[in-house]
Amino acid sequence: MAELVVFAICAASAVASGIAVFVVDSMARATFALLASFVFTAVPILLLGLSYLGVLVVLMMVMEMMIMVIFMVMYMMNPAGLMPMTMVHNKAGALAISVGTFVALAAGVLLVPWPTSTAAPPADPTLALGEAIMGEKMLVMMLVGMVLFATMVASIVLATHRGRYARYGDDLRRKHPDDPIRGGVGR
Amino acid sequence: MILELFLLLAAALFAVGLFGALSQQSIVMIMMGLELMINAIIVAAAAFWFYTSADRPDGQVLVLVAITAMAVEMAMGFAVTTAIFRSRDVDVVDSAGDLKDAP
Repeated sequence: MAELVVFAICAASAVASGIAVFVVDSMARATFALLASFVFTAVPILLLGLSYLGVLVVLMMVMEMMIMVIFMVMYMMNPAGLMPMTMVHNKAGALAISVGTFVALAAGVLLVPWPTSTAAPPADPTLALGEAIMGEKMLVMMLVGMVLFATMVASIVLATHRGRYARYGDDLRRKHPDDPIRGGVGR
Repeated sequence: MILELFLLLAAALFAVGLFGALSQQSIVMIMMGLELMINAIIVAAAAFWFYTSADRPDGQVLVLVAITAMAVEMAMGFAVTTAIFRSRDVDVVDSAGDLKDAP
């Protein structure tokens, strides 16, 4: 019973703070509302006994939102919300589509006869997960590692101001790089 | 507690995220909508693991993949935002309408 109450409070708060993300004026407030939504959704995951994954979501999201606040302040014209503004397009259409999606999903949730299982969860789900990703699910872990590495390379390439094509020309045939300041000694 | 409650929470989060991703103009706000949608996937996958196959680790691995997808989405989203802001001073998607497919 206590679990159900905690779940209800956290679920309602998660959805409410998720809605607040797109309602508040300030970008910084929107980011912290999103952080609150993530923390509230981590609680139901913890209630399921997934202590490692729940804590992972909380820690990752706290870090991610701190970075996101910085980007918000960098790129948004109104980071502090000192004057009201709306930056939306086709609000009515988006609202209709999302309400329709929720109704369809909720109908599916309530109408589909979901399979039930009597299998008890393992005593330590984290141990089971660790054994899985180091055992029979190792391919998943290797792919995740490759994707994360590719992401690091690609995001640095995208965020770099001057790449090798800017320095050596489109066909990379320029003998000396076209730099604003020449490198090396004797400048 | 039952599976349906968790799936309803996931459906609500997904719908809110979808509204944000469709309606917001700012690129960073669209990313927030996408993150809410992936968060819904995490909740649904964790609930499916617990209620349908708690003795197998597959559901947990799916949660792990969804968390990774979230991190990748965030990193690449900010890299793309930085690239397009640096080259064209664009911070809303409506200013980058020429990137869409020709009809």
